[in-house]
Amino acid sequence: MVAIRTKRDPHTYTFPGFGSEKFPNLMLRGAGDLDNWNLKVYEQQHEGYVAMKKALKMEPVAVTEEVKTSGIRGRGGAGFPAGLKWSFMPKDTPERKFTRYLVCNGDEGEPGTFKDRVILEYNPHQLIEGMIIGGWAMQCQTGYVYIRGEFLWLIEKLEAAIEQAREAGYLGKNILGTGWDYDIIVHRGAGAYICGEETALLNSLEGRRGEPRVKPPFPAAKGAFGQPTTINNVETLAAVPPILRMGGAEYAKIGTPKNTGTRIFGVSGHVKRPGIYELPLGTPMNFLVEELAGGSSTGKKIKAIIPGGASAPMFDDKDFDCPLDFDTVKARGSMAGSGGLIVMDEDTCMVQATLRLIKFYAHESCGQCTPCREGCNWLEMILYRIEHGEGKMEDLDLIASLTPRIGLRTLCPLGDAACGPMDSALQKFRHEFEHHITHKTCYSQGPRLLAKVGVH
Amino acid sequence: MNHPQSPETSNEPLAPGQRLPESERKELSPEAIAEIHAIMAKYPDKLAATLPALHIAQREFGFVSLSAMKAVAKAIGIPEGHVFGVATFYTMYQKAPVGKYHFSVCTNISCALRGAAQLLEKVCEKTGVRPGEGPSPDGMWSVEEVECLAGCGVAPCIQVNHDVYDELVDEQKLIDVMEACKRGEYRPWAQ
Repeated sequence: MVAIRTKRDPHTYTFPGFGSEKFPNLMLRGAGDLDNWNLKVYEQQHEGYVAMKKALKMEPVAVTEEVKTSGIRGRGGAGFPAGLKWSFMPKDTPERKFTRYLVCNGDEGEPGTFKDRVILEYNPHQLIEGMIIGGWAMQCQTGYVYIRGEFLWLIEKLEAAIEQAREAGYLGKNILGTGWDYDIIVHRGAGAYICGEETALLNSLEGRRGEPRVKPPFPAAKGAFGQPTTINNVETLAAVPPILRMGGAEYAKIGTPKNTGTRIFGVSGHVKRPGIYELPLGTPMNFLVEELAGGSSTGKKIKAIIPGGASAPMFDDKDFDCPLDFDTVKARGSMAGSGGLIVMDEDTCMVQATLRLIKFYAHESCGQCTPCREGCNWLEMILYRIEHGEGKMEDLDLIASLTPRIGLRTLCPLGDAACGPMDSALQKFRHEFEHHITHKTCYSQGPRLLAKVGVH
Repeated sequence: MNHPQSPETSNEPLAPGQRLPESERKELSPEAIAEIHAIMAKYPDKLAATLPALHIAQREFGFVSLSAMKAVAKAIGIPEGHVFGVATFYTMYQKAPVGKYHFSVCTNISCALRGAAQLLEKVCEKTGVRPGEGPSPDGMWSVEEVECLAGCGVAPCIQVNHDVYDELVDEQKLIDVMEACKRGEYRPWAQ
């Protein structure tokens, strides 16, 4: 018995003009429609599995080339060109045959990010199709989808969708007469943010603690179960069918020359219409926040926006016009990350907001590297005493001296991720921290962000 | 080595040598073992069945007790220490008993900006339990403060057991959810 969602989904998925040439709808077809996950609907209404049939007639190398031509960059956060990643996979030689794996990262846990669940909820077949195309391009034997444990109903739905694809002959032995065998296995996580890091994810998939590995060897050389592996985000793989369908060159015309295609942005926090918006990369942030998401929900001015999930350094109003693509956001001192925008209004106490974020990293640090394990906990303790009126002015210097000792000194970027919001908040809203220390109360008198009963 | 008796569930971290609470159950059912063996066959390495097997053990035992970990290790044929390490790493494996309806309340930034702190306090007030404490005396409720559930656009967000999220939760909606639990409209924990 599959528990398919029956509750109405209150998200907003569309806006006036969505689906036109200017704002193409490639990823959210049928979003909001609870029947949309069925194979029949996907094939009849959304050109389903057209791209897969096209790809299976092409040489695997040509498929990878097509994805390279499209210029798509990984949607998980780092923005690494996906086609290039695929080309790192070793090819079979007469002397050596490889077992290769494709792993899909669906461990969506970055605060502010809620895009992958939309694909899993409404377009699971688009992900399956993308995984078949990717599996063919790299000649993989098995595809694994790692999904966070909380998404149990989405896991059951994806498994039902995979079963439909198996029945249609798109998965299993000798797919569509090509002689290629391939299947997809869904692996359920168990609640650890760190498993979104690709090598931690591999450890978790192998049944170990989700601790990141030392790199090199990179997963393309030694990944899941010691075999060459490519790990892509749900959104990246789900973007592959549209790329194959329209052709890489056509896809590359969307967005900006170095940041092609569309991306699913999630807007949350103090906006009138929080939700999911698919936009070409390079769309200005204030267009998304003001025009589409309706601007501030509280009537107060917007003070800060986190542009790419909690790990991205905050922007203040000087940078609200920033085009949302990987390069520009990075040049302005933040990162496009996972595409989750968190909007905070003027009344938000930045000390509380930063403490809430740092608590998250202190809680989620896997404990493997000392700088991150100890550093994040110390940041939390220092912020806690500032928030509770026991801070000293030296604490701010202490924080400033602590973060460079965490960042870039660990196996994975979780420590750096904690430094992003910490440094940017202290730099851009230092007066709020100072006010907290001298007046022992918040500078901005908004509603409390921290519960009085919390434990972590 | 002599271990002290199993302690009552409490908020305190375990002292050295102190044991996690035990459940009454000691063994997995034959069906569960068959299910675990079927999962092992799907992967190139049987170790990969650790996480799915712990989910199954949690379903059977109600929570991942020490005996659940041992049963999993036995079923897969791997060291108990490995299973213990994995089970204690991941937060979704409950190491102590929970209520029939376990509320996971997200209090991360996007939810907090939309009132999750106040919601968590309301949940505690209405259920009479605080996060990290064992279930309420009648065994109905337990509360956990969790990190981002990926429901940021429809914050604040809670998850009852492992069901579909309840989104845009205000006080009235919370009361509705609790009433629905009492009427049995949510899958009880571990079923």
